[in-house]
Amino acid sequence: MRHLINILDFSTEELQELVDVANDIIANPGKYSEVCRGKKLATLFFEPSTRTRLSFEAAMYELGGNVIGFSAAQNSSAAKGESVADTAKTISCYADIIAMRHPKEGAPLVAANAASIPVINAGDGGHNHPTQTLADLLTIYREKGRFDHLTVGLCGDLKFGRTVHSLINALSRYEGLKFVLISPEELKLPSYVKKDALKQKGIPYEQTTDLEGAMPELDILYMTRVQRERFFNEEDYLRLKDSYILTPDKLQNAKKDLSILHPLPRVNEISVAIDDDPRACYFKQVLYGKYMRMALIMKLLKEAGRL
Amino acid sequence: MNIDSIQNGIVIDHITAGRGMKLYELLGLEKLDCSVAIIKNVHSLKQGKKDIIKIDADIPVNLDVIGYVDPGVTVNVIRGGELVEKKRIDMPETLVNVIFCKNPRCITSCEQELKHIFKLTDRKNKVYRCLYCETKAN
Repeated sequence: MRHLINILDFSTEELQELVDVANDIIANPGKYSEVCRGKKLATLFFEPSTRTRLSFEAAMYELGGNVIGFSAAQNSSAAKGESVADTAKTISCYADIIAMRHPKEGAPLVAANAASIPVINAGDGGHNHPTQTLADLLTIYREKGRFDHLTVGLCGDLKFGRTVHSLINALSRYEGLKFVLISPEELKLPSYVKKDALKQKGIPYEQTTDLEGAMPELDILYMTRVQRERFFNEEDYLRLKDSYILTPDKLQNAKKDLSILHPLPRVNEISVAIDDDPRACYFKQVLYGKYMRMALIMKLLKEAGRL
Repeated sequence: MNIDSIQNGIVIDHITAGRGMKLYELLGLEKLDCSVAIIKNVHSLKQGKKDIIKIDADIPVNLDVIGYVDPGVTVNVIRGGELVEKKRIDMPETLVNVIFCKNPRCITSCEQELKHIFKLTDRKNKVYRCLYCETKAN
């Protein structure tokens, strides 16, 4: 059974296949409107989410399918102490595919090992968020026309930012990439991500605390939110939350074709004054996320013999 | 110093000097009621010094524990006073319930029935990571 738990579960060829299908959906939406008729997506969200859950639900509806599920752990049997594995086995009897978000790292893998239907990781704590990476990849591809030979700046919470880890892992497989890691000292990229994704592959990167200094060389700027829910200590969060705020004056030295991405939700890290700048791509990114989830649902259902 | 040879049992040899006690504990040998000898700092031509554990009973030992604690150790199986099997133990690819994930954010921290599984991700540096959260084992 094929699942998507980590973005590295898919080869670069498979990612390109998803990008191509998503582009075709954008061009010919009517062609896909009945593909999943009679199929059910179960959205098992043990942690609050607006974008990801609704994006999955919208994706399934646009494919002609149906959605069942819950949007908080207290609305599920987890509140009674049911294990993730038992939940996955139970849902396998009702649905054709699962999208799961859970605050504990590795929970979707536990579900995948127990389920008899495909499981998609819709975010597991600070660990992985592969479908956000799919949205990021389609955005990059549609903006730049390629994944290789780009200088990618990642700014903000690089320690707990699961989308950052997944994106670095995904992009590290393409040629000619350079990463600029912009963060406060306390929120630097974990050493294992640096080692496994960058150092071992000989991919150039630099670490800095200076966003404006890094700006001129960037093709992509990926801003992230400092995530309150990942801190055990509120004081640390308050001290670090406004470390970087992107404002129009900070873009003065940026490239004309810079693409500004953000996984959203944003708090203060991108001024709303940037929203009208043609380089701002974060709301397009939301839309592209839905198309990539449509492509993903179809791929996994097909591979499971359910389409 | 003399330790009697054994008729039926296990000899864990070529243990890095000083790791014998750790292996004794992790293998749960204190629970056995047969004779168990830990011989420390034995002269070794290859290693200079080594530890040896002799177990006077033919019991199953967890080779994954041995490979994790001290790769390169040899396990000799003795039956009827003869050496019948000799295994050199390498680092195992997977550890199941040998070490435990300490990441409070890992799913293993709240689901008691879940096995703690670690995968060998870097043989050269002997790095094991939790299968679920990828946290490095200490």
